Amino acid sequence: MNFGIDTGFYPLGSCTMKFNPKFTEELAALPTVTRIHPDQDESTVQGALRVLYELQDLLARIAGMDAVTLQPAAGAQGEYTGLLLAQAYHRERGEERHQVIIPDTAHGTNPASAGMLGFDLIEIPSKDGRVDLKALEAAAGPKTLALMLTNPNTLGIFEEHVLDIAQIVHDAGGLLYYDGANFNAILGRTSPGKMNFDIVHFNLHKTFTTPHGGGGPGAGPVGVKKPLEPFLPVPVIGLNGRGYHLDYDRPKSIGKVRAWYGNFALLVRAYAYILRMGGDGLKEVSDRAVLNANYIRHRLAGVLDVPFGGLRKHEFVASAAKLAAERGVRTVDLAKRLMDFGYHPPTVYFPHLVEEALMVEPTETETKETLDGFVEALKKIVKEDPDTLHSAPHNTAVARVDEVQAAREPILSWRTLKSPKPPS
Amino acid sequence: MPSDEDEMLREMGLRSVDDLFADIPSAVRIPKLDIPDGLPEDQVVARVTSMLRANRTVVDMPTFLGGGLYDHFVPASVRAVVSRSEFYTSYTPYQPEISQGLLQALWEYQSLICELTGMDAANTSMYDGSTALGEAARMAHRIHGGRIFLVPRGLRHNRRAVLANYILGAGLEVREVDYDRESGMLDLAKLKTAMSPDVCGVYVENPNFFGRFEEQLEEIRDMTTGVLVVGVNPIAQAVVRPPGDFGADIVVGEGQPLGTQMNFGGPLLGIFACRQQHIRKMPGRVIGLTRDAKGHRAFCMTLQTREQHIRREKAMSNICTNESLLAVAAAAYMAVLGSNGLRRVAAENIRRAKELAAAIDKIAGFEAPLFPGAHFNEFVVRRKKGYAAVHRALLEKGIHGGLPLTRQLPELSDAALFATTGRHTPEAVGRLLAALEAFR
Repeated sequence: MNFGIDTGFYPLGSCTMKFNPKFTEELAALPTVTRIHPDQDESTVQGALRVLYELQDLLARIAGMDAVTLQPAAGAQGEYTGLLLAQAYHRERGEERHQVIIPDTAHGTNPASAGMLGFDLIEIPSKDGRVDLKALEAAAGPKTLALMLTNPNTLGIFEEHVLDIAQIVHDAGGLLYYDGANFNAILGRTSPGKMNFDIVHFNLHKTFTTPHGGGGPGAGPVGVKKPLEPFLPVPVIGLNGRGYHLDYDRPKSIGKVRAWYGNFALLVRAYAYILRMGGDGLKEVSDRAVLNANYIRHRLAGVLDVPFGGLRKHEFVASAAKLAAERGVRTVDLAKRLMDFGYHPPTVYFPHLVEEALMVEPTETETKETLDGFVEALKKIVKEDPDTLHSAPHNTAVARVDEVQAAREPILSWRTLKSPKPPS
Repeated sequence: MPSDEDEMLREMGLRSVDDLFADIPSAVRIPKLDIPDGLPEDQVVARVTSMLRANRTVVDMPTFLGGGLYDHFVPASVRAVVSRSEFYTSYTPYQPEISQGLLQALWEYQSLICELTGMDAANTSMYDGSTALGEAARMAHRIHGGRIFLVPRGLRHNRRAVLANYILGAGLEVREVDYDRESGMLDLAKLKTAMSPDVCGVYVENPNFFGRFEEQLEEIRDMTTGVLVVGVNPIAQAVVRPPGDFGADIVVGEGQPLGTQMNFGGPLLGIFACRQQHIRKMPGRVIGLTRDAKGHRAFCMTLQTREQHIRREKAMSNICTNESLLAVAAAAYMAVLGSNGLRRVAAENIRRAKELAAAIDKIAGFEAPLFPGAHFNEFVVRRKKGYAAVHRALLEKGIHGGLPLTRQLPELSDAALFATTGRHTPEAVGRLLAALEAFR
């Protein structure tokens, strides 16, 4: 009744659905993790603080940053935190900047985080699936707070001109924010720091494979370059002669975004995963993730179009537009039919600039056999009778679910269902 | 035999995987990651386990901390449910046809939270109780339009700090309403003074930060012209009238007591519930009941036009990844205990707090509870001669006392918030009392 990574192939683009190691589950279940209270005296939680301290350091090194906070609960909260840090940085310089620049391929959380903070959003159109430098030059200026970018972008394309992008934003006095959702593509090859980003969030539930838990919990630590360090949320985990401690004495801090220190049980898992993989293993992670994505793309040539040329990194976006025009079969039909073959469908209808989009991210933990099976299934599906596809899925616990009806008359609880009045 | 990699590369006409990274300019390349190489699994397990052994758990050391998180017993069946890899290795149920298990579990969580709180709708979670409060303030502003949000001054400082960051950008101002120094409950006269047409919402906790039940919800409702937001402890809800009965519009809370361990403060479960008329202004993911193409009952995510992936900068919240697995744990916990079991746990926590407070109060020099009346889990202990030295001495004896209130409220710098649950053994309580006796 429920499909997880352990059930089968889950190429959900942008979500990095890779194998969740079992040994990290065992570690996270230790009483020394589960049965400690966050208000305990520092002297009684030295083990926990050490894990946090060392994880801060490992993440900073991996990303080429100078300091890390582990507090944010998820990527979106990392973005929120990062934008607050950027604002604090500019204010320290006596500048009120309120424009956030975002490419049209950005994840929805980027504009939503900026919107929540009341910043003005400037969306710049892409050119050939990449940031249009001319459009960026026109958008950047004295009001630019930051550019939010993920590299590789959501099309899976590496922004080759990333240093020019950084130059334009920095020349305007703005900061560069790295959305770490696609970090799985570049481990050991480059880093956000090397690409001149100032702020980065990590999705530990993606790159560092803490389980997605049906939509959460995750963890979204934020790394920054030196000039932004004073503004990090309190407490920062420090080390002095007496041991590890919670440092609240940070007068320029933005304060808190979570009640305590972050999703500790997830942080323990990510820490153990990083120790297990190491620098050499993490590079292999990205190598294989990129190989797998490019391999599927290669094998799908002639089956589905993949707009925009060049290499892909860990994911690619195909389009069913031609199929829709010629045979009336849409992306949603392909996605639903894939379930009958035992696959979780790719991310669909995102990013918006690709018509009838299917965003495929296989991750590194899948074998060639699995990838070949997926390709063969798609090859078969696109030739099937349109009626079979429109009425798919056929082999699942329930048939196609009426999502329109659910939204028209929302029934969110037994209480509403049983209530004599029809819901408004 | 050629490896998978070799075969894939050959099929693509490539010589090395490096060819796939040709688009990364040399100026941004790094030679390698600046961290040690990987270790075998057994070595990692040994190393991390040994590192964590430096922690003193609440089992090693009788611990009387609460303040938002509590050490309740978690039945093995709850762990068994959330350890099902169909749940924990899945992601957001974007494809309902292969996610009915998770969708139903989350819908049942929503339903159970609604039963506890008297609300019509609940989302599938916020990050924790503090961000749920932050989101509630923003939602109160969306509903009412006023720009002032009132909160009790007797509010845990970490909640207050997170709230301060969550209202940014919404044009909101938070003002504090003091508590009554005798009762520990909200000072109604001060609430009356603070009330104005520009107040979009009032937040009140039951039980409050001091563990004291807030018995004035009806009066507070009558005085509130904006949105009433009530913060709850979900277990306590089993034995009190639900906030829905008192006219609450939004209910928030920390859901950790429902089947999740303390985990050094995370992950946690932000409870968020509201009335049906407000659901389109609610943040976060929600699951709805519907039908499939054959007319069978089915569940799916709904009202997604409020969310970031559709509405982008106009979304109700930026939240995407949430705390779903903890919501499943909460649903399992409530289902395993049932309403009788939940009431038993609640009653036991009231009784335990009462007994511990009475025992501490008997020791000369200590006053407990500082605020008279019914408490849940925790209560304020005052020692006129000062609490800091007691705290240190307890630690030296391998006992962790309550949360010192110095950093929370200056007028309570000689006090601490002591918490107890059904898990404290008589021996643990005995050790605490004996240690406190030394200070009489």
